[in-house]
Amino acid sequence: MTNQPFIVPTMAECMAKGESPEYLFWVGCAGSFDDRAKKITKAIVKILNYAKVNFAVLGTEESCTGDPAKRAGNEFLFQMQAMGNIAVMNGYEIKKIVTGCPHCYNTLKNEYPALGGNYEVVHHTQLIQGLLDKGIIKIEGGSFKGKKITFHDPCYLGRANDVYEAPREILVNLDAEMEEMARSREKGLCCGAGGAQMFKEAEKGTKEIYAERTEEALALNPDIIAVGCPFCNTMITDGIKHFNKENSVKVLDVAELIAQANKL
Amino acid sequence: MIANIIFILFITAGTVWFAINVRKVRRNILLGKDVNRKDNSPERWKIMTLVALGQKKMFSRPLPALLHLFLYAAFVITQIELIEIFADGTIGSHRILRPSLGSFYTFMISFIEILSVLAFIGTIGFLSRRNLVKVPRLASRELNGWPKMDANSILFAEITLICFIFMMNGADEVLYSNGWSHAEKLGDSLSLGFLFSSKLGPLLFGGLSEPTLHIVERIGWWGHIVMVFGFLNYLPYSKHFHLLLAFPNTFFSNLNPKGQFTNLESVTNEVKIMMDPSFVPPVADPNVPMRFGAKDVADLTWKQLLDAYTCTECGRCTSSCPANITGKLLSPRKIMMSTRDRLVEVGNIMDANSGEFKDDGKALLGDYITPEELWACTSCNACVQECPVNIDPLSIIIEMRRFIVMEQSAAPTELNMVFTNMENNGAPWQFSQADRLNWKNE
Repeated sequence: MTNQPFIVPTMAECMAKGESPEYLFWVGCAGSFDDRAKKITKAIVKILNYAKVNFAVLGTEESCTGDPAKRAGNEFLFQMQAMGNIAVMNGYEIKKIVTGCPHCYNTLKNEYPALGGNYEVVHHTQLIQGLLDKGIIKIEGGSFKGKKITFHDPCYLGRANDVYEAPREILVNLDAEMEEMARSREKGLCCGAGGAQMFKEAEKGTKEIYAERTEEALALNPDIIAVGCPFCNTMITDGIKHFNKENSVKVLDVAELIAQANKL
Repeated sequence: MIANIIFILFITAGTVWFAINVRKVRRNILLGKDVNRKDNSPERWKIMTLVALGQKKMFSRPLPALLHLFLYAAFVITQIELIEIFADGTIGSHRILRPSLGSFYTFMISFIEILSVLAFIGTIGFLSRRNLVKVPRLASRELNGWPKMDANSILFAEITLICFIFMMNGADEVLYSNGWSHAEKLGDSLSLGFLFSSKLGPLLFGGLSEPTLHIVERIGWWGHIVMVFGFLNYLPYSKHFHLLLAFPNTFFSNLNPKGQFTNLESVTNEVKIMMDPSFVPPVADPNVPMRFGAKDVADLTWKQLLDAYTCTECGRCTSSCPANITGKLLSPRKIMMSTRDRLVEVGNIMDANSGEFKDDGKALLGDYITPEELWACTSCNACVQECPVNIDPLSIIIEMRRFIVMEQSAAPTELNMVFTNMENNGAPWQFSQADRLNWKNE
């Protein structure tokens, strides 16, 4: 275990010191409150610290991007959330944002500009890929030798924004065996959480979507199902429990895998 | 002479009738709200060339793509034969282009015959996929009745058309070899030299008398042109309209990332008034009723309505929809079919009331599409990705959710709780905003 300090500055603190960090790390609601997703948030922070990325969070000044409201059709609530957040971010003169969640990523990147919020937004897998490409960090993949990993594409990273390669190019560094599900990349099957489904019971049907997707992943006999979204993480974890595989298969975010590999 | 007059009348009537129906479809599509899809035209030409002309998205499923390519190529290329048919029909000549084109003419007709044979194979393939193999997406319940008949009848019409082409060419081959054909004699060959008909003609019509052969040849010739114009006039009523509309529909594609949903300007103004009392909103057009989201077809954009007319009901969207795969009521294809059905109904009401729409007490939402379908969507964009002609069913689903939530306040209870939480504490769950950074020290 490397003994690097765990540093999470807030934008307010930085401003008081007259500093303007390069990145705002947008944690998101799941990353802030969901016990499982908080671990992903910490893994991302560890990687940012390790790579000496100059960043800060909004902390208690952050509020939901409004994504679930927008997908559910509540444009009023979405725009109120968005304008509130934009006022805070423009106040701090934010230029670049890294998010831990594809839904926040999509909303901030694509839907905030029309309301006056113009930022350069990246998903954490894109930021990590950039750090790797520039040689700022290296991944020690040795501990994953002999393991099989399959990656589940988050809809809001993949189809919604055509980002398919960043997570894969990171995972390749793990010396593990990578195997694709039949439905991957453009044809990736949703985990069932998007479009505000996360927050409601599914409509009447014959099967849960997470079960359909997890079944497909389990057919490959993977050791790890890698994800890039806290909501996919919840759904696929539910699926693993549904099939009684929680002891043999792990569901981990790409950031967690990198933090583990480098013993951060 | 009489034949020429009948021909000219037939062609004129066929063209006029088609034009009238196209105008009606155009009027119906323009009932939709405006949306700007005219920017960045180099990109739009590129998409149209790749996706409509080049069939790019079809090839993610190779077998149907190949069968479809046979029919598509035959359809596009055999139309050059119509030039000669128009000339012959109007002035009473027979194969007018043959003397001047010579061996190129033989090549051209032979090439068309190859395409016709391929189209025949494609048609048989499609018929068996629908009726024998029963590919799930082509045999689902939502296709029962008219949609199924529409699909099959067009395939049978295609076979009939191909038979007419070979009757016409085959009988003419036999006539020619006996010196009875009206085609000009070129050189001393006893055959017109068409790749398939020169063999098929003698085989099928070898022993027939000269008058009978002329009758067979004319049935083929007239049958061909009647089928072509019949087909043209059937298009506006059929899912086969896609073969024309695929071009404008891909040209007017959404160029933004698929995850970006539209911004409602009317809402932006209201929110700005709420947050900034000094904000003066632009004056709204009093003739346009203010409505958030879509209840009926006129609340959608013209592009969404064009999407509906362009849909050929192939079901790639539905077969990739996570909700549909897991047995939910939602089918993106059905969303498109319902939108078109309702739009046609609205158009018919307008026709019956001299262009004025009279409220019939029905709407797209409720009478055609139920909230249960709409709430099953995960907004994953699989349907949008799959569509070979860039139709966007998701945008219609979201517009209708907007109406349910903002005009009817009829969101599912759990979602209303999410909205309340978001308003009160800035998260979909009941956590205090003051605890947002607690993870740092846990």
